[in-house]
Amino acid sequence: MTTRNGATSLEGQISQWREYLRRRQALQPVDVAELEDHLREQVASLTDAGLTEDEAFLVAVKRMGELDALSREFAREHSERLWKQLVVVAPSGPGEPGTQAHRDAAVAFGLAAAAAVAIKVPTLFGLHLDGDAGFYARNLSLFVLPLLTAYFVWKRRLGGSTVVWLALAFVAAALFANVYPFTEGGSTQALTALHLPIALWLVVGVAYAGGRWSLVTGRMDFVRFSGELAIYYVLIALGGGVLMAFIALIFQAIGVDAEPSFETWLLPCGAVAAFIVAAWLVEAKQSVIENMAPVLTRLFTPLFAAALLVFLVTLVWTGRGVDVERDVLIAFDLLLVVVLGLLLYSVSARDPQAPPGVFDVLQVVLVVSALLADAVALWAIGARITEFGFTPNRVAALGENIVLLVNLMWSAVLSVGFLRGRVPFTRLEKWQTDYLPVYAAWAAAVVVAFPPLFDFI
Amino acid sequence: MEIGKDLTAAAATPIVLAILAEGDSYGYAILQRVRELSGGHLEWTDGMLYPVLHRLERLELVEARWEVAESGRRRRYYRITARGRARLAEEHRQWQAVDDTLRTLWRTVSPPDSAGRSRAGGLRPRRA
Repeated sequence: MTTRNGATSLEGQISQWREYLRRRQALQPVDVAELEDHLREQVASLTDAGLTEDEAFLVAVKRMGELDALSREFAREHSERLWKQLVVVAPSGPGEPGTQAHRDAAVAFGLAAAAAVAIKVPTLFGLHLDGDAGFYARNLSLFVLPLLTAYFVWKRRLGGSTVVWLALAFVAAALFANVYPFTEGGSTQALTALHLPIALWLVVGVAYAGGRWSLVTGRMDFVRFSGELAIYYVLIALGGGVLMAFIALIFQAIGVDAEPSFETWLLPCGAVAAFIVAAWLVEAKQSVIENMAPVLTRLFTPLFAAALLVFLVTLVWTGRGVDVERDVLIAFDLLLVVVLGLLLYSVSARDPQAPPGVFDVLQVVLVVSALLADAVALWAIGARITEFGFTPNRVAALGENIVLLVNLMWSAVLSVGFLRGRVPFTRLEKWQTDYLPVYAAWAAAVVVAFPPLFDFI
Repeated sequence: MEIGKDLTAAAATPIVLAILAEGDSYGYAILQRVRELSGGHLEWTDGMLYPVLHRLERLELVEARWEVAESGRRRRYYRITARGRARLAEEHRQWQAVDDTLRTLWRTVSPPDSAGRSRAGGLRPRRA
């Protein structure tokens, strides 16, 4: 072996070793740099003593000590590192440039500020939150999601044609949200307000996946992102609530009523800006902090399964029919959404290679009992749908129910197949991610077709 | 002969502080110095020195800085602080006391045999 080859192989070995060290939670880049310097020194002195580079490397690594014990020692000294800290803007320590993180943060906060400004722009044209609630409800997603998409376009360096398609989607959304002559306070307007964000969320997803949308993993990452974003947003919103309560209290002490400014400024601006900040946080902490959504899924899957089973048993035992009130379909839609969410997030966090376990059985129990409950409700509603008439809300709820039902039925089939060892788990994953556009398509259909179909009531 | 784990751990602070009292140094050089002084009896696993150094740094007994060594690599140098010197003096007194006590005792008990059956001073035989 020539010296040159020897040198490259040593560098290769050292960089492998370095990567291996970096994966240790208790070891930070600074420590790795320090240990690497030590290793190199050791190797140099050993080769001076006549060892070959390979031998010297092996001896040096051996002398460094067992890595588990070493990282245990580091962890004991730096116990705070075991609590994964989100260093939002990392100090530029040796070896790790913090500039990318800085730039990300700057762009995200810039876009958050832009969203906060954007939501106030319509006031310049005489559209106020209290007077034109319908306008704001229909357009709310358009104040935030284009900016969020812009963030991902920037972050993923998306190219020309993709950007044009994304922009077109938002323009179309803005048209459909605003050109129809909606009846103020009517159901089709409410349906548009509810469904437009769902349809546009897919557009965000395409930007988020950044060219990986066609892959199962790309879409699954977007699912994970969505779950974490929801959790972060709720947390930020809670913090915002505390902040506002605090402001109200201290201003009250000096005899100034701060609350009117909440409704016109703090709440709308904060709500849209927080969304972008939350998205950025999820991106920044992606690999740093445990995902929360799967943890919640683990906690709640057994509880929901138990609740549904008890419900079904009670239903059979008492022989009561489902009381077909006005909102019962929506309640069952929500049930299916929750069950689907539980399924989706446990799929997102599951190791596809792992064999079926107790949790997978629980999951099937959950899905099957949700399907049974929904079937009972659908049966009751189907029997009397003509009697109620087809209002837009009812048709939308029915459509959603069918969309979710189809997904869950096939998921149940796949899950049972997986439990029996006939279907690989990846099939379930693929089914879930392939199905994502269906939700967006249905939501888009509601936005585009329902208002004219039902006379904009 | 190999010195037991507990004793090695207990000796780490005074040894590192004393070496740094001789002048600023870095991990590898500190270990070399330890090997040289102990005649190879005091074997530290190389990596374990660093958590010790970081602990001393947290306790403000030493301070660290990054410098570019002659090799062109960045290297972390450690320097003993005033507080570190005070601690070293304190350690010195304590070890002196232990040493004095043991010296007196060694005279009254039979010397430890080569198997190292004596338990004094936390020295424990290590199974090969």
